Amino acid sequence: MTDTTLPMASHARKDGPASKRIIVAYGFWIFLLSDIIMFSAIFATYAVLVGATDGGPTGAELFDQKRVAIETLCLLFSSYACGMMSLAIEAKHRLATYGAAAVTFALGAVFLTLELSEFAGMIAEGATPQRSAFLSAFFTLVGCHGAHVGFGLLWLVVMMAQLNAKGFRDDVLRRLACFSLFWHALDIIWVALFSIVYLMGGRV
Amino acid sequence: MLGKLSWSAIPFDEPIDMVASGFMIVGVIGILLWLTATGKWPYLWREWLTSVDHKRIGVMYCVLALVMLLRGFVDAMLMRSQQAMAAGGAEGYLPPEHYDQIFSAHGTIMIFFMAMPFMIGLMNFVLPLQLGVRDVAFPTLNSVSLWLTASGVLLTNISLVIGEFAKTGWLAYPPLSELKFSPGVGVDYYLWALQISGVGTLMSGINLVTTILKMRAPGMSYMRMPVFCWTALASNLLIVAAFPVLTATFGMLLLDRYIGFHFFTTTGGGNPMMYINLIWAWGHPEVYILILPAFGVFSEVISTFSGKPLFGYRSMVAATLAICILSFVVWLHHFFTMGAGADVNGFFGVMTMIIAVPTGVKVFNWLFTMYGGRVRFSLPILWSLGFMVTFVIGGMTGVLLAVPPADFMLHNSLFLIAHFHNVVIGGVVFGAMAGYNYWFPKAFGFTLDEAWGRASFWCWLIGFYVAFMPLYWLGLMGMTRRMQHYDDPQWQPFLVVAACGVLLILAGIVCQIIQLIVSIRTRADRLDRTGDPWNGRTLEWSTPSPPPAWNYALLPEVEGEDAYWHMKRKAREDRTAQTKARDYEPIDMPVNSPTGFITAFFAVITGFALIWHIWWLVGLGLAGAFATTMVFAWRDVQEQEIDVEALARVDRAHLASLAQ
Repeated sequence: MTDTTLPMASHARKDGPASKRIIVAYGFWIFLLSDIIMFSAIFATYAVLVGATDGGPTGAELFDQKRVAIETLCLLFSSYACGMMSLAIEAKHRLATYGAAAVTFALGAVFLTLELSEFAGMIAEGATPQRSAFLSAFFTLVGCHGAHVGFGLLWLVVMMAQLNAKGFRDDVLRRLACFSLFWHALDIIWVALFSIVYLMGGRV
Repeated sequence: MLGKLSWSAIPFDEPIDMVASGFMIVGVIGILLWLTATGKWPYLWREWLTSVDHKRIGVMYCVLALVMLLRGFVDAMLMRSQQAMAAGGAEGYLPPEHYDQIFSAHGTIMIFFMAMPFMIGLMNFVLPLQLGVRDVAFPTLNSVSLWLTASGVLLTNISLVIGEFAKTGWLAYPPLSELKFSPGVGVDYYLWALQISGVGTLMSGINLVTTILKMRAPGMSYMRMPVFCWTALASNLLIVAAFPVLTATFGMLLLDRYIGFHFFTTTGGGNPMMYINLIWAWGHPEVYILILPAFGVFSEVISTFSGKPLFGYRSMVAATLAICILSFVVWLHHFFTMGAGADVNGFFGVMTMIIAVPTGVKVFNWLFTMYGGRVRFSLPILWSLGFMVTFVIGGMTGVLLAVPPADFMLHNSLFLIAHFHNVVIGGVVFGAMAGYNYWFPKAFGFTLDEAWGRASFWCWLIGFYVAFMPLYWLGLMGMTRRMQHYDDPQWQPFLVVAACGVLLILAGIVCQIIQLIVSIRTRADRLDRTGDPWNGRTLEWSTPSPPPAWNYALLPEVEGEDAYWHMKRKAREDRTAQTKARDYEPIDMPVNSPTGFITAFFAVITGFALIWHIWWLVGLGLAGAFATTMVFAWRDVQEQEIDVEALARVDRAHLASLAQ
């Protein structure tokens, strides 16, 4: 596919419009920043409401740090696999790409399953989001990250289907690069989430 | 099956509602029939609804905004007439539950569906042209943004016929907006309409930031960009930084309302004041999202019509960015009465006053640009002059409100209403009108009628003062906002005067409509053949009017500020430049795509189903949106080539008309 922004490069100086690859990645970065700002609003809400337990359970009573540690490892290794996938894409190696994507997906799915089972356990104990403002904020913050992970898994499946159908086409490559940025950004958010929600909130 | 939806949702017992809905439905059906009868559907679909051309999208944004200006203005007339009548024991003609919907709809529509789309429309239309490039960074996404905004507009208007709109004011403060106190669908209409259009706005912001930072003509360095590009950059950065907060806040209120969370409830440890903090952490930057592009328009207009480069370009850029940053540290001045304590209130009061400094820098820059210039008093500069006087008054009352003790007296009074209409009408609306008159010939190839435009301007300007100056007095007399009726008969004369002011503004709007009709009918006499009707200074005036889909056959080479002014001067000095051979090369332009329109269709269905709790339809709408995305992602033809002949033909015709 030809690049809309480059045909005039022959007569232009170097500082004309950037290439499509750069424009897409840059735009996606801006989107990620906006997404992080959305998270920051929810983080701020959580910080305000963390003490508003309304006589219900507190974080220290609810959080199981061992499970969260496993979740964290899954997510970080999923990102590692995602990095491997980027290398495979760079090498235009289809099989390796599928393999790395499968590992990325599997680890992400394990993360999500663990998180959902944590939610289910809490709800079974009566610690529902309707119980207190603290739990509303907890479920929203962690759940919003989880929803992002779920969306990422769907996106990854779609991208593999596209890779299968269209091959290493320029637009597919650009989208894969965006996916990779997205997946790593979720790690950054998880690190903040892990520290603020589970480490700080887990103290008795 | 249909959730909460039943025949009782249609307000058969409210005559005003039914008449308004009737007019709206008849109008829409009339337009649809007319389109069918004249066979315009294929043209409309091909050239507009599926267009990904930033100019067409910009025009559609502005059309949307102007239509919603009428809707919001009708609400304003209803409120003013109600308050002019409902003094002493009189109840007026609007029952409280209807009056509350009207003031909520008025604010929501005017900010989200009039001011926002108009400014985004102007930026969409102008930015790529001024930057010397062929489109925005993500053309199809741009179309999606437009149509998502239109979805929000449609949902808001549907609420007139089916169900009700919010009765909570334009920001839907909890606990009033919680399910317990607003059990109807009004707040849900409000929330989903704004969530959907908010996504569109956010994507538009991302798109335009990327366009400005990554797509500029060769030689167009940052410090050579026209000031409108700078203000647009600041405004879109604010969109990217502020709208996610709005999305999060509304998301939390939705969780409260739909599944019983306790973010802002009065029980379960919820904290309503947190909503007010969060919403204004978006809301104050929002004010600057609207006003900064207007500042850009005035900068362009004043420089062009004074025949001078803008005075203090660098200080203008610095002031713009200072406002951009400061806008995030003043939100608490919207609720000094929250009781945050003297230190916090003091900090936010001082920060608010500090914002007046860069704004003042701008006003002086505009004045000094005109000083010593040969000012041509055309329509755009009339609006700019009206702005400078009006906005400075509004700004000063703002500084007054920034003093916490004074604010304690004036909070939620009509003084506040007068203040923000003073800056929003005097700033944003006048800016929109200046931009409309200024860039109209670029968009359509003919200028707007001067005489009717002047009549409109004077009606608007005088009407504004007559309508809003009395409100300052009423505020000082103690009248609070949002009153359906009141006991103090002393207030009535002021409110009658204000109602007369609204009639004057109505005359201004009528003049504007006549101006448009007259201009279209006499367009043969007012054609803009050179593409440069105002002797402009920036690159958009170097293209034909209207510009071809690709804007520039060859990307311009920029050699300084006021790029086109320099080109014109150089061309006069060196006549051989024009006859130089131009090597055209074929270019690729993005193909039209119905993705935006169809996405919006499913967004409306999803939104409507969510409002009425029709869960199967929610699933269907989301599945449709997903399928649309997949079809888009799987397409193989993304661009079409414009051949050299077409490029050369348009470009040579333009050069020939310039040479005449």
